Amino acid sequence: MHEDLAREYKGKIPETLLKEFEKQSEDFKLSKADAKKVLEKLEARYLASKINPGEAIGIITAESFGEPSTQMTLRTFHFAGVAEAQISLGLPRLIEIFDARKEIETPLMEIYLKSPYNSNADEKKLEKIIAQIKEINMEEVATSISLNLTKMHVEIRLNKKRMKDLEVSDASVLKQLKISIKTSDFEENGEFIVATPKSKENTLPLLYMLKEKIKEVTVKGTEGIKQVLPVNRNNELVLLATGSNLKKILEIDEVDATRTTTNDIFEIQKVFGIEAARNAIIHEALRVIQDQALEIDIRHIMFIADLMTTTGVIKGITRSGITGEKESVLARASFETPIVHIMNASLIGEVDMLNSVIENVLLNQPVPLGTGLPGLVTKMKKGD
Amino acid sequence: MVDVYIDEKFVGTVDNAKDFVASIKEERRKGKLPSCLNVEFDKEFNEVYVHLSTGRARRPLIVVENGVSKLTPEVVSKLDKNEMTFNELVEKGIIEYLDANEEENTYVALNEKHLTKEHTHLEIDPIIILGIVTSLVPYANFGQSARLNRGSKTQKQGLGVYATNYLIRMDTDVSVLHYPQRPIVQSFMHDVIKYQKHPSGQNVVIALMSFDGYNMLDSIVLNKGSIDRGLARSTYYRPYTVEELRYSGGMTDEIGIPDKEVKGYKSEHDYRYLEEDGIVYPEAKINADDVIIGKSSPPRFLGEIEEFSIAANTRRESSIAIRQGEDGIVDMVIVTENEEGNKLVRVRLRNERVPEAGDKFASRQGQKGVIGLIVPQADMPFTASGIVPDLIFSPHSIPSRMTVNYLIEIIGGKVGALAGRYIDGTTFSAESEKDLRKYLKQLGFRENGTETMYSGITGERFKATIFVGSSYYLKLKYMVANKMHARASGRIQLLTRQPIEGRSKGGGLRLGEMEKDCFVAHGASLLLKERFDSDKHKIYVCESCGMLGIYDSMRGKAYCIKCGLNTEITAVEMSYAFKLLMDELKSMGIYPKVSLKSKY
Repeated sequence: MHEDLAREYKGKIPETLLKEFEKQSEDFKLSKADAKKVLEKLEARYLASKINPGEAIGIITAESFGEPSTQMTLRTFHFAGVAEAQISLGLPRLIEIFDARKEIETPLMEIYLKSPYNSNADEKKLEKIIAQIKEINMEEVATSISLNLTKMHVEIRLNKKRMKDLEVSDASVLKQLKISIKTSDFEENGEFIVATPKSKENTLPLLYMLKEKIKEVTVKGTEGIKQVLPVNRNNELVLLATGSNLKKILEIDEVDATRTTTNDIFEIQKVFGIEAARNAIIHEALRVIQDQALEIDIRHIMFIADLMTTTGVIKGITRSGITGEKESVLARASFETPIVHIMNASLIGEVDMLNSVIENVLLNQPVPLGTGLPGLVTKMKKGD
Repeated sequence: MVDVYIDEKFVGTVDNAKDFVASIKEERRKGKLPSCLNVEFDKEFNEVYVHLSTGRARRPLIVVENGVSKLTPEVVSKLDKNEMTFNELVEKGIIEYLDANEEENTYVALNEKHLTKEHTHLEIDPIIILGIVTSLVPYANFGQSARLNRGSKTQKQGLGVYATNYLIRMDTDVSVLHYPQRPIVQSFMHDVIKYQKHPSGQNVVIALMSFDGYNMLDSIVLNKGSIDRGLARSTYYRPYTVEELRYSGGMTDEIGIPDKEVKGYKSEHDYRYLEEDGIVYPEAKINADDVIIGKSSPPRFLGEIEEFSIAANTRRESSIAIRQGEDGIVDMVIVTENEEGNKLVRVRLRNERVPEAGDKFASRQGQKGVIGLIVPQADMPFTASGIVPDLIFSPHSIPSRMTVNYLIEIIGGKVGALAGRYIDGTTFSAESEKDLRKYLKQLGFRENGTETMYSGITGERFKATIFVGSSYYLKLKYMVANKMHARASGRIQLLTRQPIEGRSKGGGLRLGEMEKDCFVAHGASLLLKERFDSDKHKIYVCESCGMLGIYDSMRGKAYCIKCGLNTEITAVEMSYAFKLLMDELKSMGIYPKVSLKSKY
């Protein structure tokens, strides 16, 4: 319907909007005159939402975040006794996202399950799934891990009762140890497991390091997942996990890989790629803002997420991230660590073209934005 | 076995600590042990501490036995008849003083009606939970606690008579309120601290309404007529001190009208208020920058004898002029000596402060605000009985702050003013709101305190009835006259050539980084440039080497140190701060080249 009209507006408004128009005009059975009006309004709206040349979107975005976040620090909400795990919220979390920290304060996963398992019905099965997810390491199943200095080896005494509860067999423990630590031999010796380093010169520090390594070995479950909490959400069972290991979790059969997420942006990038990471940044930042009942236009967040991910890797807004990649020496120097930037610039003879805002403020020149952007072009009379 | 310590010294052990402690307390109450003794049984450490030393903060409590207060009605009546003193109560073990340690073993009831069998003590009055200043807030139990804190804070800033000998004192930055009044609604603490002898506020007729938007956001509207009658007037005092210092080499400062030969001599006109001794006469009306004490000092450096100067006298002018933007009347002059025997002159300036837009006021409930408008009495609204309020306060300040005690004080003030008596507003034991309403009705007013009012401008009756009453108001020490500041151009810093900071030095107002961001966000590029060109500077750039050139005004030509005269040198305008940055880079061995490009 009204394809001819739509064709007329091709190029004037985006394809997706046109497609939506075609679909909606059919649904509402619009007359030609009405359809025309709709398209006119649509174009006007589209043009109105475009950003003018010379608009300082960077600073507007920064101010849009900066102003409400000053209020955020003072009234971070704390939930007590709710069945949700402690998560870092508010300004600290926002800084964490935009700085692109590799180690986040509270890694957290939301694990969705496939259809038959996501109801409360089968508790035994659920327990099994949780056992598969939650990490159990050597320290938990051993009564003692001690050094035997006369024989220069490590002795591991297993807690059989605990192992039975956790459904861990002796054989699997031995297997896991052998897989995880390749630098030493493991042998079952009656009551305990003996670990002997393979290297010929067996020193005490080496032995001690081995002991520490053994403690960390994952016997069962997924590495990095410290705690799992089943929570009911919209009549569906969702597992909240502290700690994050997206790749391993997605490999579990019962897990619904299409919906399971983590709040670790770097992990998302590793597993799904940079586009997904961009979406994760938007989602995470938006969640913080909505939690605090603040209103920041999503386009500001999208803009920052774009900026952080355009290079194909996640870069934070720090001096080592995108701020440090500014072209201008003066702009970099006026942000953080000026001495380093000026010194390096002088060593290689960098040229500052004074193309951006801060350099021009520094030199008291008009900034190339807003009224400072356009220049006048006049036609000269021939012969003048 | 429980260890016993007296004043932190181990003395022995007892088998049954509870009985032991109880018996000590018993003996103390009987008067057999000193009343300054306190004992505590610490269950956690299983130790008994007895304290007799000085320096422990202690407070009195009524002793309770089996859920019955020892302060019986008979005792109270005896106290009333002056047959018994407070000290006797302590001697008889009705009241005892506890220290922080012994308090750990007690269970104190706030009120007599809350007493149970477990209670060991009773507070003398629940007002004890408040401090002295907070006790001065009337009806505090009807107020929000955060507001009470603010209320007590503002009370300390209220102007009054800060010391009865203020006339012969030389205090800095003090004010005295002209007609301080006793609050109509007062608490028992007002009597205790003899507040009526040094009050710091005035009773004001207040109407809760808006007035043309001039009292929004905590500002208040004041009646010009009330101000003319002396409401909230105060005198501000500021002393200026000069000392005749002695320097090495036997030279001294000299207080007196400086000789005309003195370096930095101002002008005869500047010294016109000085008498022969170089000090102003009392009651002289002084304006900004007038000299009040003339003084000359010896040269700064001893070797500083100017060879070409005709006069051998190289003394410096170092007179004291009054602060910028201030004026006043010389109130008192004192000539004396300091500890070292140097001549000391002190001049105190007096300045009458009539309330003006921007002066800060507060009620006692933490409702503070500044004057937004002063309205001629003729334009003020008036009630049916002809009462014109002194002050109009915005009703929007009430709901979110929940200062209900303020509203009750206004009603109390109204009753007190009409009935000609003081209202007891002591927290927890005040005259009840119900009674106040009853009295108001008896006096022929609406019991809720509202009144029919008419606009002073049009004479029309307001559709709504307005809450009118009387409240105690404090003029706070923050006055615009001490804060107001603006400048166009003025002194600049030597290093950066940017304006100096601070009101007292006549400095500029900074357009900070975030304000700058706002200009950028609005795209106001040229406005931003203009605001930041306080240090604009013309620099000469050598186009061949990129270094800064020098302008030789004698020859009217610019040249470059490196390339000489045979090079093209262009004048560019930029901030001096950036030129300074380039100079600093050069000093570090970095060569900042400026390459110019035609703008067009």
